[in-house]
Amino acid sequence: MSVNVTVNGDRRELPAGATVESVVASLPNAPEGRGVAVAVEGEVVPRAQWSSTAIHEGATVEVVVAVQGG
Amino acid sequence: MTTPFTIAGRELSSRLILGTGGFTNHEVLAAALNASGAELCTVALRRLGGGRGANHESSIVDVIDGAGVEVLPNTAGCYTARDAIITAQLAREAFGTDWIKLEVIGDDRTLLPDAVELVAAAEALVDDGFVVLPYTTDDPILARRLEDVGCAAVMPLGSPIGSGMGIRNPYNISIVVERAGVPVILDAGVGTASDAAFAIELGCDGVLCASAISRAHDPVAMATGIRLAVEAGWLARGAGRIPRRRYAEASTPDEGLPVFDPASQ
Repeated sequence: MSVNVTVNGDRRELPAGATVESVVASLPNAPEGRGVAVAVEGEVVPRAQWSSTAIHEGATVEVVVAVQGG
Repeated sequence: MTTPFTIAGRELSSRLILGTGGFTNHEVLAAALNASGAELCTVALRRLGGGRGANHESSIVDVIDGAGVEVLPNTAGCYTARDAIITAQLAREAFGTDWIKLEVIGDDRTLLPDAVELVAAAEALVDDGFVVLPYTTDDPILARRLEDVGCAAVMPLGSPIGSGMGIRNPYNISIVVERAGVPVILDAGVGTASDAAFAIELGCDGVLCASAISRAHDPVAMATGIRLAVEAGWLARGAGRIPRRRYAEASTPDEGLPVFDPASQ
């Protein structure tokens, strides 16, 4: 079983049971500390809930980091 | 040199806020942060792996932390209140701060604020517990509306972002200052040091600069120059400028002027 999701605009197939934490860990250059945040279906998922938040079929996930700007 | 001022109960000694956009690398950014004396600097949020600037070998957060400067996240690139609200919430999660530089722009050519979406986003974010610092136009009425919904400061533009056109409507900026009950930070348009000094002379509490520094030929020297200009403007404002006159007023007395041609008397 797997789930098809969109992560930062790219369609991806993730293993069943994927969580926000596993999605972030699968991305290259994911920062370890401060400066990264995740929204699933337009709702922010607090970091403390990453490991317990499952990614469902068809979900849209945005993973953002700090960049220069403003 | 300048006296501290306060935003949302927080005292800031530096009246210059640095925007981090446009620096060619993190080393120059770190040096400019140091030269600017800024205590706050902006950062944006973009997709991880989302292209240029997103994946430097070092994290921009580490650079800013290393400089001892606090992060002021922004909502740059948002066109709707909804996107700006989600971006602010992401920033709060990413950086552990409820301060947000709120930008809601109307189009990508002018980057001018969308007043309607801006006020809606500001009100929602204030209700959600954010300390909202909105990037706004130089319209005194819009500034008042932003203050009315609870913004902790207002940040009118001098001219469009990155234009370097300075302060196009100093009369409006001075009206914003006169009527504001919250700090006024000139945001956008500064092209060089004299623009920053002018903003402070007009009564602004601070200046936010990005491109003027980051895109200067020598960003570190410009950071120093603009820091000193803010101090110069502060001193000049406190000292009180002389009134403008249409005709000259001699600074040298006429009394005792020698007479070389008695016939002229």
